[in-house]
Amino acid sequence: MRTGLRRRTLPGLVNATGRGTGNEAGTEGQAVVGVAVEVEGLSKSFGSQNIWSDVTLTLPPGEISVLLGPSGTGKSVFLKSLVGLLKPEKGSIVIQDTDLVRTSEHKLYEIRKLFGVLFQDGALFGSMNLFDNIAFPLREHTKKSESEIKRIVLEKMDMVGLQGAEGKLPGEISGGMRKRAGLARALVLDPEIILFDEPDSGLDPVRVAYLNQLIVDLNAQIDATFLIVTHDIGTARTVPDNLGLLFRRNLVMFGPREQLLTSQEPVVRQFLNGRREGPIGMSEEKDVAQVEAEMAALEARGGDAHNGVGPKGASGGDAVPPQLTPTEGLPERKAERRRQERVARMLHEFDEETQEAIRASLPEDLLAQADSGAYESTQGSGGRHWAPEPDAVGSTGRGATATLPRQGGEA
Amino acid sequence: MTATDKPKAPGLLDGKFSPTRPLAASGNLFAFALDVLRALPKRPFQIREFIQQTWFIASVTILPTALVAIPFGAVIALQLGSLTRQLGAQSFTGSASVLAVLREASPIVTALLIAGAGGSAICADLGARKIRDEIDAMEVLGISPIQRLVVPRVLASMLVAVLLNGLVSVVGVAGGYFFNVILQGGTPGAYLASFSALAQVADFWSGEIKALIFGLIASVVASYKGLRAGGGPKGVGDAVNQSVVITFLLLFAVNFVITAIYFQLVPPKGQ
Repeated sequence: MRTGLRRRTLPGLVNATGRGTGNEAGTEGQAVVGVAVEVEGLSKSFGSQNIWSDVTLTLPPGEISVLLGPSGTGKSVFLKSLVGLLKPEKGSIVIQDTDLVRTSEHKLYEIRKLFGVLFQDGALFGSMNLFDNIAFPLREHTKKSESEIKRIVLEKMDMVGLQGAEGKLPGEISGGMRKRAGLARALVLDPEIILFDEPDSGLDPVRVAYLNQLIVDLNAQIDATFLIVTHDIGTARTVPDNLGLLFRRNLVMFGPREQLLTSQEPVVRQFLNGRREGPIGMSEEKDVAQVEAEMAALEARGGDAHNGVGPKGASGGDAVPPQLTPTEGLPERKAERRRQERVARMLHEFDEETQEAIRASLPEDLLAQADSGAYESTQGSGGRHWAPEPDAVGSTGRGATATLPRQGGEA
Repeated sequence: MTATDKPKAPGLLDGKFSPTRPLAASGNLFAFALDVLRALPKRPFQIREFIQQTWFIASVTILPTALVAIPFGAVIALQLGSLTRQLGAQSFTGSASVLAVLREASPIVTALLIAGAGGSAICADLGARKIRDEIDAMEVLGISPIQRLVVPRVLASMLVAVLLNGLVSVVGVAGGYFFNVILQGGTPGAYLASFSALAQVADFWSGEIKALIFGLIASVVASYKGLRAGGGPKGVGDAVNQSVVITFLLLFAVNFVITAIYFQLVPPKGQ
C-alpha cells in the first residue's frame, strides 16, 4: 500500500523539480519522498478546558517545520494528537488518505509505523539496555536476523554519536545521551515522518547546535517530514523550512520561515525576540493598556534591534539568518528545491518584507518564473492556498502550506 | 478560517459529582477487559514476556501465600475442632476442615495475595512505565501495549493463581491436620478417614475455577489502573492503591456469585 501511494505522489513532485534542472531527471526512480500531514480544523479539550481549536496546517513532505509556543499552549498535546495518542474532538489529520482522528485502532497501528517520535526524555524502556532499546522496534516488526539487527542498530548509534554505549541502561546515562538514544530508536524503522518534542530541553547550547546539525543532515539523508516542537529561538531561526506559533488556544501563524521571521504580528515578534514586552504574559494574557504602555517604552528604547539579546537564542531585530545546510559530503536536501518551488508560487501572497526575504533565498530561474506571472494565484479556499503547477494534470494540492490570516485585529 | 469555538465555561464542580461517573468508570474497565480478551488470540504471542511474568508473579507470591495458608488452615481447624465437639460430631472434623479450606479459604487466600502482591507489582510496573512515556513510545512504535504487556501478565497471573490455589489447599489441609491432631488431640485416623465424607472432587475444581477468575480480575484491574496512571509518581501510588482496593471489592463480590452458582449446579454430597 505504501509503495503504491508513494508512486502516486511522486510524478508531480519530480516533475516540479525536473523542470528547472534537467540533470535531476535521473533521480526519478529511487526518490523517496516524505509524507505530507494535513491537519484541518483540529480542536482538543480536556474536560471543559479547551487546549486549542481550529488548528489548520499542512506539513509539506520532506520539509522541516518548527512549532513554537509559550509553555502550556498544548504543543505536546498537538504532537500526541498527530500520532493518534490523543483523540481531538473535531477536525481531521490526514496522512496518506487516512484520517487519524476517525480511523480504526488497527489502521492506526499501521499508520504509526510511518512515524518516528522523539519524546522529551527519550522515553527509553528502563528495563532494557541501549542496544535492546534501539533494537526493540526491529525485533517486534521485522523478521531480520540478529546479525542484521546488530548492524542496523550499531549504524544508527554511530549516526547519533553513541558508539560504545550499547550495554548501558537508560538510568546510567545523561539526559543528552538518552535523547540521542531515543532518536536512534525513532530512526531505526526508517520513518517517513519524524516528530521531535523539545529536542533542546536539558541540553547545553553546543549540544543543541550538534543536534540541530544532525536533524538537518538526517533530513538530507532520508528526506522524511520533520516537525520540531521547541522553545529554542535559535533553532527556530536556523533549522526549519516552515515555522508556526501556537498561542491563546490558536495557531497564530504557520508558513515559510521568512513569513514568521519578518512578521510584524506582536505575538510572533515578542516570542522570536524573547522579551517581556508584548501580549504574552507570565501566566496568561495581559490587558491591552499594559501591552501598549510596554510597547511604547520599547519603541522609546529603540525597538527590538536595540533591545539586546534575549534568552534561548533570541537576538534582537527580525533578521532572517541563513538556514543550516547539511554537512559537506552529504547529498543536498531534496526538500530544498521543492520548497523553493512551493514558496515561489506563494510569493505574491506575502507582504513586502517577507517577499524580499524569500526572494533573497530563491534561485534565479524560479524568481524569473515568479515574476513573469507563471504562477497564478488561487486564493480563497477557506484560508488555504493551493498553487497548482501550471502544467500539472489534476494537481492533488499536496505540498501546499496553509497560511492563516493574521489575528492582529482580533487579539 | 471558520469561527473558532468559544472555550466552554467550567460547569458545576467540573462534573466531579456527576451521577454517571461511576458508570463511566466501570464501563471503561469493562471495555478494557474486552480489549484484553480480543488481544488474547493475536499473534505473535509474547512467550518470553509470559514466562518472565509468570516467574516474577510466582516469586512475589509463593512465600507469602504459604505463610498465610498455614495460620489460615490452623484457624479453621481450631474453630471446627471446638465446634464439632460442641455439636458432638467430632468424626466430621477432618471432612469439614477440608471442605472449608478447599471451597473458600484457599481461593480467598489466593485472591488476596494475587491482588495484594501480584496485582500491586503489575500496577506499579505499568504505572511507572506510563508516566515515563514508555507506554506512549511503545504505541508510537506501532506496538499495542495491551498485546505486548497486558496479555502476558493476565495469562501469567491466571496460571500462577491456579497453581497457588493448589499450594494453599495442600498447605491449608496440612496445617489443619497438624493443629487438630497435634494440638487439639484429635485422632489422626478419624481425621483422615472423614476426608471424603463431605468433600468431593468438584469442590477442588470449583476452588481452581475461582482462582482462575480471581487471577484474571486482579491482573486486568491492575493493568487498567497502571496504564491509566497519571500525574507523576504520586499518580502511580494512587493507581496501585486503587487497584488493590477495587480488586478486593470485586473479588469478594464475584466470590459470592460463583459460590451461589456452584451450590445450584453441584448438589452437596449425601443428598
